[in-house]
Amino acid sequence: MTPNTHKTLLVILSQSPYSSSLAREAVDYCLAAAAFEQNIQLLFIGDAVLQLLNDQQPANISQKNVAKTLSALPIYGIGNFFVDHEALVRYGLSDEQLCLPIRKVTPRQMADMLANATHTLNF
Amino acid sequence: MNYSIVVLGAPFSSPSAITALNFTQALLTQGHTVFRVFFYHEGVHCANQLSTPQQDEINLTNQWQTLKKQHNLDLVVCIAAGVKRGVLDQSEANRHEKPCSNINDAFDLSGLGQLVEATEQSDRVVTFGP
Repeated sequence: MTPNTHKTLLVILSQSPYSSSLAREAVDYCLAAAAFEQNIQLLFIGDAVLQLLNDQQPANISQKNVAKTLSALPIYGIGNFFVDHEALVRYGLSDEQLCLPIRKVTPRQMADMLANATHTLNF
Repeated sequence: MNYSIVVLGAPFSSPSAITALNFTQALLTQGHTVFRVFFYHEGVHCANQLSTPQQDEINLTNQWQTLKKQHNLDLVVCIAAGVKRGVLDQSEANRHEKPCSNINDAFDLSGLGQLVEATEQSDRVVTFGP
């Protein structure tokens, strides 16, 4: 497979971190996409903003820390993180509670992202 | 148009497993091509040939198998998500010292690179589920 820079893959995350294993499996997909040098953006909407919380302690429920894996994504060349601003407000979260440097977007901006992406994958 | 389908929902737990099948059938009926159907997350259970629904219920595994025979579909199950949930081919069963395999032979176990390739090669990628 040849590296592809002209396509933009928008990965939309909407699930809370431990309601199922989907949050983890979405990160696994992002790592695979990064390995194949895909141009990907991550957009956290709804309950998925909880994936970004620092200081998660999921060992108590026999799970691996989702935020820790997310924090590793920049090492693999993924640097475009966006979050639904309204969802952050709904959960009362501020920047310093989040594990990644993230850009807040409005519904209008999310619509533009959807329109501009070559493909979207919903997790 | 060239499509790829991502199935995240399990049969009997999520309507998305059936919706994905119906959508794929509709695409093929209308003359579109389907590059690949990728089963991920709970969707991997669609490939379990030991699943035995009652006579009057839909058997998704068999339906996918039939669709593959008709249209030569590429049905790929994520190997990590599949093996974790007990969907194994013979080689994985041997490797993990399990007493039997259970994947329907219409499906292939492979890596997430197959999903990346599907997004590269398709005009549209449609996710169903979870």
